[in-house]
Amino acid sequence: MARANASSVAPALALSESRGVRATLIAVALVFFIFFLLLPLIVVFAEALRQGFHAYWSGLGDPETLAAIRLTLLTAILVVPINTVFGVAAAWAITKFTFVGKNLLITLIDVPISVSPVIGGMVFVLLFGLPGVFGPWLAAHDIKIIFAVPGVIIATLFVTLPFVARELIPLMQKQGTDQEEAAIMLGANGLQTFVRITLPNIRWGLLYGVLLCNGRAIGEFGAVAVVSGHIMGLTNTMPLHVEVLYNDFNFVAAFAVASLLVMMAFATLVLKTVLESRAALKSPSLP
Amino acid sequence: MEIAVKNLTKRFEQLTVLDRVNLKIQDKEFIGLLGPSGSGKTTLLRILAGLELADDGAVEIDGRASNTLSLDERRVGFVFQHYALFNHMTVFQNVAFGLQVKPRQARKSNAAIAQRVRELLGLVRLQAFEDRFPTQLSGGQRQRVALARTLAIEPKVLLLDEPFGALDAKVRVELRRSLREIHDTAGLTTVFVTHDQDEALDLADRVAIMNRGIIEQVGTPVEVYDAPKSPFVFDFLGHTNSFDCVVRSGKAYLGENQLVLDEGIRDGPAVAFVRPHDVLLARADRVQMHTGIRLRGSALVRFVSALGQRAVAEVLYERRLIEVEMTRETLQALGLQVGSKCTISLRHARVYARQEVEEQTRVAERAAARPRKRRRFRDRLSTLR
Repeated sequence: MARANASSVAPALALSESRGVRATLIAVALVFFIFFLLLPLIVVFAEALRQGFHAYWSGLGDPETLAAIRLTLLTAILVVPINTVFGVAAAWAITKFTFVGKNLLITLIDVPISVSPVIGGMVFVLLFGLPGVFGPWLAAHDIKIIFAVPGVIIATLFVTLPFVARELIPLMQKQGTDQEEAAIMLGANGLQTFVRITLPNIRWGLLYGVLLCNGRAIGEFGAVAVVSGHIMGLTNTMPLHVEVLYNDFNFVAAFAVASLLVMMAFATLVLKTVLESRAALKSPSLP
Repeated sequence: MEIAVKNLTKRFEQLTVLDRVNLKIQDKEFIGLLGPSGSGKTTLLRILAGLELADDGAVEIDGRASNTLSLDERRVGFVFQHYALFNHMTVFQNVAFGLQVKPRQARKSNAAIAQRVRELLGLVRLQAFEDRFPTQLSGGQRQRVALARTLAIEPKVLLLDEPFGALDAKVRVELRRSLREIHDTAGLTTVFVTHDQDEALDLADRVAIMNRGIIEQVGTPVEVYDAPKSPFVFDFLGHTNSFDCVVRSGKAYLGENQLVLDEGIRDGPAVAFVRPHDVLLARADRVQMHTGIRLRGSALVRFVSALGQRAVAEVLYERRLIEVEMTRETLQALGLQVGSKCTISLRHARVYARQEVEEQTRVAERAAARPRKRRRFRDRLSTLR
């Protein structure tokens, strides 16, 4: 009887891994997940709240910290729309038209991702810094870019430039131009075609690209560190401020700001999930 | 609307896709552009639509160059091969699109648009589906939405790119009929592209057969089928058997038999093309009256099969496979089986110069090169039947 049982179960087992292999794989995945994703999150919040909620709150309430938060938000608010417009325009041009220099443009878009952010920052110091190409002219006209807010914004613009375009290009390439051509043949003009056909078709890729861009704009460290000059209360963004506080042994405040960054990241992820599920209810045509 | 295509040339990089094409399309005509893939038929259609620009030549609509006309004046509707429906819109919104994007002064009221959309959905029998999204429809239904969406802008010219390409056989025939009906009732001038000769011959008033960027022949389905001007057209429109023959002092000879010859074929090696239904078989062991041209020697039956009313046989004659088509009754009366010997006569043949045939078709290759192994297997199968 037991034999018969074993043989009847055998085919099912043959289709999946043995119990040992499964357990090992799950354990590895779990350990990895705990050590690299969950634990760091817990540590951030645990350290931030180590001396209680009051210390946490006062760590965030510091005027210099508030200035850092303001600068980071300002940067994101300026950078994300600009790069969204650029990304959509670039992806639109690259995927729906043929023109000379198209491949060069595709390659150039990847530059900010392929070079180290520090080099990105350095480039702008070399361009706009005092000894740089435009340095003397800027100094003569009393315009400060490096070690000032414009430098922070320009460096962030550079680093986050590829995200939207890179997200959209493969998507739009796959979609082709059939629907746009159909719209044109039905009498739509360029703007109507873009707003009513192209944009709805790319909305998920676009949203994802914008969120990635936003995340990087808030979190960028390397490029901004080079151009900012770490002027407290003036050109310090949140990630830079975390470093400053940490180096000053002000751990609670450092982790409090860090926890805020984590929450911002979480908020974007939640926002994305909510938008996606709401849209999924509305239209079944999602990928 | 009358459309005149004049000396149209289109190149993609080095490749010439259309080579000085000329075509006149009459008002209210239903015309099919037929050709194998890469023959330029879709490019021609896209240039007619204004989706592609020609490198040379012109398209004239009612005598006016089409690129000087506004979209509104041209009144051209285009149905895409894969329909290009707007997946994020419902069926209703898809059909309404062309009415909603009109400039404000020309746009109808929402109620009028809704009424028109429902009319069109009624025409293509999709009233019940107006709230569905394209992904929730079958292929045939999508095709009908695409048609209704295009008809919404009240085109005078309807262009269709492989309209039935992605549909199964039965739906295809059904939609063909309703397209023809719509064409007739709406008084359209219709041009459609297809690689399916049955579809083109069945549906069109006239057919233009294209190959490698040129139009080989234009004519009614009967004209092109009965009198194909080139070996390509003959071969493309149906099954083809070929027999080597020779042209001497203006007369074609197949063995000692003389064939009817078109004018303009020079002396030299030639090929006679024969449709499967123009090949007649007779049993070799019986004396029988032959109609047409009796070929010397005998042939061996290699394969027989009956499909509905039609019967098809393949016979080996002088190391070539000849395809024969007849009614099933004829096959039964002949009593031919695999392995029987038979004689062949030809009812009707068209002669083309050998060089032309080799340049334009691969008939010789197809007739000769067949793996022997597979043949044996099929022989056995047909004996078992």
